[in-house]
Parts: sequence; structure tokens; C-alpha cells
Amino acid sequence: MNIIVCVKHIPDPNLPGVMDGFRLKREGVQGVLDPGDEFGVEAGLRLKEELGGEVTLVSMGPAQAQEALRRGLSMGADKAVLISDDSLRGADALVTARVLAAAIKRGAFDLVIAGVESTDGYTGTMPATLAELLGVPQLTFTTAIEVSDGRLRVRRQSADGYQVVECSFPCVMTVTAGVNEPRYASFKGIMAAKKKPFEQLSTSELEVEPDALKPGQEVVEVSLVEQRKAGEVLPDDGQGAVRIATFLKEAKVI
Amino acid sequence: MAKVWVYVEIANGKADATALEILTRARSLDAEVSAVVLGPGATGVASELGRYGATTVYASDDPVYEEYIAQPAAHALHELVVEHGPDVVLFATNYDSRDVAGRLSAKAGAPLMSNASDVTGPSTATTAAFGGQTIVDVKLEGPLKLVLVRPKSFDAEPSDGDAEVISVKAHIPDELKKAKRVERHAEETSGPKLEEASVVIAGGRGLGEAGNFKLLDDLAAVIGNAAVGATRAVVDAGWVPYAYQIGQTGATVKPGIYLAFGISGATQHVVGMKGASKIVAVNKDEDAPIFSFADVGVVGDALKVLPQLIEEVQRRKGGP
Ligand SMILES: Cc1cc2nc3c(=O)[nH]c(=O)nc-3n(C[C@H](O)[C@H](O)[C@H](O)COP(=O)(O)OP(=O)(O)OC[C@H]3O[C@@H](n4cnc5c(N)ncnc54)[C@H](O)[C@@H]3O)c2cc1C
Ligand SMILES: Nc1ncnc2c1ncn2[C@@H]1O[C@H](COP(=O)(O)O)[C@@H](O)[C@H]1O
Repeated sequence: MNIIVCVKHIPDPNLPGVMDGFRLKREGVQGVLDPGDEFGVEAGLRLKEELGGEVTLVSMGPAQAQEALRRGLSMGADKAVLISDDSLRGADALVTARVLAAAIKRGAFDLVIAGVESTDGYTGTMPATLAELLGVPQLTFTTAIEVSDGRLRVRRQSADGYQVVECSFPCVMTVTAGVNEPRYASFKGIMAAKKKPFEQLSTSELEVEPDALKPGQEVVEVSLVEQRKAGEVLPDDGQGAVRIATFLKEAKVI
Repeated sequence: MAKVWVYVEIANGKADATALEILTRARSLDAEVSAVVLGPGATGVASELGRYGATTVYASDDPVYEEYIAQPAAHALHELVVEHGPDVVLFATNYDSRDVAGRLSAKAGAPLMSNASDVTGPSTATTAAFGGQTIVDVKLEGPLKLVLVRPKSFDAEPSDGDAEVISVKAHIPDELKKAKRVERHAEETSGPKLEEASVVIAGGRGLGEAGNFKLLDDLAAVIGNAAVGATRAVVDAGWVPYAYQIGQTGATVKPGIYLAFGISGATQHVVGMKGASKIVAVNKDEDAPIFSFADVGVVGDALKVLPQLIEEVQRRKGGP
């Protein structure tokens, strides 16, 4: 089974975001493998352990994104492909999907795994767009994965509970946090990762029209909104509950 | 005049509430507003969509749209878009709509903007960044634009409009019938729905353990018309079901009063509750971000304050 896992390198979400003009600054800031994508890597590794095959990581991002791929390789993925090109700065979800689709189509695939949404952009649509470009169905918002009789059978989160969805290969699947417990990279894994195949490509090495790489949306203005003001914050001297109850009474909810 | 379309998701024969909010907003733009609704019950909700602002409703009751994920709906929607040429299609940020919008973006080569908090015209929309501290105006290009709008961005208000219903007769090829929904499970909830309650009582990791959520249930019961919600941290920990989650990847609530117990106020949580009219927070850390915008803040132990509050509310209501 050829399993592809899409992984994104993002600015460390635990540090405050820095703007570079109208964009989130991505280069020269501390970056990490998107924590949401660790679930995707883990899902890929488990399916490989169950069914055999190979796990290939694919990412589009600045050269620094190598770090994220290295981390996925240390967890156990077999090889990695990074598409990095200055012309891709400011790419939107459609452009990203076109680039990743072109990279994935260079080889055979049975399953493409991605996160439900990235932690920095949380667009949440790239995988569905990718599925359409690859001409395959999609299983989204997956919270549990099972393979039986050569078909995927997954739990899909829904507004009021969950659904069970079945699908044959090939397809695209997105995973939620909580679908599994991502493994840590062992020291051995980290050493082994250094020797694994790693390919870096520019867009000229892919079958995509330059016109298809122009984002169709643009930020034209960024403004600060007036913030809500803090009310009275007081230590609980035993009267905290009374203060809240009085507030509820004044608001006429009790 | 610009053509603004709204894609309406349908579940259990009911039109999605967010789509009605979006229709209300679309109606206020200088545009011709149409709705597309696909799946069992579609024609049944068409007149409601007319009341909320659509003058034309493209509808199909075919179960194929419900049975298979995204592919049939994206196919039919794409055919309609090619035939009628709308300037923009607006979608609610919901599970199925997100999947359909993503596929349509590829089919039509159309830009897709996510997380919009307002739509100001056929090619302009705004989104909130950094937990709502910043507003970003986005311009979309091309003949067709797609925008996913966050729930509760607008209030849904009916008018006396009426829609012409046009039946959608798309042929769905078999190769698009792959990802099949075979079971549906709804979690049981009692009391008002999180999105509809006038008081929301939410708990976070600061409550210490799953069992302490009972205190929130008890408080909700004495207040009345109150629902209990949670942060992702405690949903991920398995204390409460996912349906409780408020925030970026959960429900968006806009109650009259929001009470937060043991919640830090992370931006991803805040985007789901900042529309509350009033916010009350109890947290033992005086530097917790939630205090920077709470109307009433109590620095203390939620597990001490909660039982006292339940008693105090009961007393004031003259209860048992
Ligand atoms: C892509 C992405 C999407 C996300 N989506 C969501 C989402 O939809 N919703 C969401 O909620 N989060 C979301 N998060 C997670 C979010 O970033 C925070 O991690 C989460 O909201 C924190 O939950 P919390 O406030 O319960 O926990 P913590 O941040 O751990 O805060 C617990 C608080 O409780 C206080 N406390 C401890 N003990 C007590 C006590 N006895 N009495 C009173 N106070 C006490 C502490 O001082 C602390 O402030 C998302 C994160 C990512 C990366
Ligand atoms: N530049 C990228 N490179 C690789 N994968 C990506 C990239 N952008 C998005 N993805 C994948 O798509 C998922 C959803 O991202 P998004 O639609 O941007 O919120 C992420 O969790 C990743 O798995």
C-alpha cells in the first residue's frame, strides 16, 4: 500500500504570531511540524504496519519545512518530498492543492492522509480540493479508522455525534486530533531519518501551469478591532459566588 | 446585478440554521439571491429559504446527495454554476458544506476563502485573526468566488419573500458513489441546544476531572434555559462528548451570558464564544487571558465557587 501523508510546517503555535505585512511570518521564526499532522503521520504508520507498504511524506513550504519532514521521518515514515519555491509564497488552498496533487501524481498512491485543518491557517478545505484534483473520494473528519475486506471503514465526526463511512481505495482521508496517540520519535528513529530518501523540488519540476499557481485571493486590509474591555476582576474572598449571582439577577436570567 | 448563491445543507429534513443566517445577510447585499439545496426534504424547505431571502431555489430530493459524501453534491452544484454563472457561492462552515466547497474550488478553478465573519459584496469578505483581535479584509478574484462563512456571523431574520423552485435534474455517474455513509449516530443531549441557549456554562481543564462537570449540569438546572459546553482540552481528554466543544473546531455560541469555569481563554476557544453579550469567568490564575475581556472575573477555585453559586441562585429564586 502506497500511503502519502501531507504534512505542513508551521510557525510554533505556542509563540505569538508575527505578521510580515499582510501575511503570517513563516521564515526565520521557530517552526514545527503542525501538531495536527502528527495524527496523520501516526495513522499512516499504523496502516502500513497493518497492511504493508510505504509511507511517503509530502509538504509544500519554505526550505525550513525540511525540519517538519525530518520529524515525520524520525517517527517512522519512509521518505519525504518537499516542494519549495519562492513563487509559492502567499499560496492559497487551491494553489497548495494543485502543487501537492502534481507532486503526488508523480507516483502511484492508494491513500492520501491529511489533517482536518492546519493549526496556523485553519482553512480546512485543502484536502477536499486535493481529493477532487486527484479524482478520488474523500473521508473527512475521521475519528477512528478500520480496514476490512480491503475497504476503509471510518467514524466521521458530525454535528450531533458521528457517522460510519465506507470507501474503497484510492481515496483521501482527513484525521482529527484524537484519532490516535502519535508516537514519539526514538533516538534510533532520529538517526535513521538522516539516511532516508529526501527529495526537494521546485514547481518547474512539476506538471503545473504557472498560471495555476497564482492565488485567487488577496488580503487588502488588516485592522485592529476594538477589544472588549475587562470588567472587575476580584479575588474570591468568599463572596465570588454572590457577585456572580447578583450579576445574573441584574441580567434577569434568574 | 450580481448573483449571490447560498449552498444550503439539509439534515433530517431541516435547513441548516447557519445557511438561514447567510441568506439573511445575502438579502441585504445589492444582488439577486438564489439557494441550492440537495438531499431528502430539499423541496420541502424551499419556501422557508424564500422567506429568508432566496428568490430562486434550485432543489433536489434525491437521496444520493445524503448517501455519499460530497462528490454527488459537488458535481450537481458545479453543473448549476456553469449553467447560471453566479458571482459567488456562500457556504456555512459545516462538515458537509466544507467538503463540497473544497471540491467545487478544484472543479471550477475558483478561489475559496474560509472562516469568513462577514461578506461585504460578491468579491469581498472579512475574517477575524488572532482570536478576533484583528480583522482581515480579503478580495477574491475570478468569475466565480467561493466563501465559507462561520456560524453566528449574522442573525437570521425572515422576510415576506417567496422563491421560485427549480428542480435539479443532475445525473450522478456511478464513479462518484464511493464514500458511503452507512450509519448515523446522534449523541443524546438534554435541555436546550448549546447554540440556542440564552445562558452557556462552560468548563475547562481547571475543573480537574470529568466528574466535576456535574456541578455545571446542576448550575444549568437551577438557572434554567442554560446549556453546558466545554473546551477542546477536556473534550480531547474524554470528559465530555465532542458535541460540547466550543471554539474554532467546535460550536459557535452567542448567548446572553457565558460563564467560564477553569478556562484559560485560548484564542481557538475564544473565537467560538466572543459573541456572548456578557462573560463571567472564574479562574485561579489572575493572569489567565480570559480575564482580559470578562465582564465579571473571580480569581479563585471554581470547585469552591460552583457549589456556593448553585446554592445562591437557588436561594434567590426562592427554590428548594
Ligand atoms: C487547530 C486548533 C484548534 C483548536 N480548537 C479549539 C476549539 O474549538 N475549542 C477549544 O476550546 N480549544 C481549541 N483548541 C485548543 C486551545 O488552544 C486550548 O488548548 C484549549 O482551549 C484550552 O482549554 P482549557 O482552557 O480547558 O485548558 P487550559 O488552557 O489548560 O486552562 C485551564 C485553566 O484552568 C485554570 N484552573 C486550574 N485549576 C483551577 C481551579 N481549581 N479553579 C479555577 N481555575 C482553575 C488554570 O489557571 C487555567 O487557566 C484548538 C487548538 C488548535 C491548535
Ligand atoms: N503546504 C502544505 N503542505 C503539506 N500539507 C498541507 C499544506 N497545507 C495544508 N496541508 C494539509 O492539509 C491539511 C488541512 O490544511 P488547511 O486546509 O490549510 O487547513 C493540513 O493539516 C495538512 O495535512
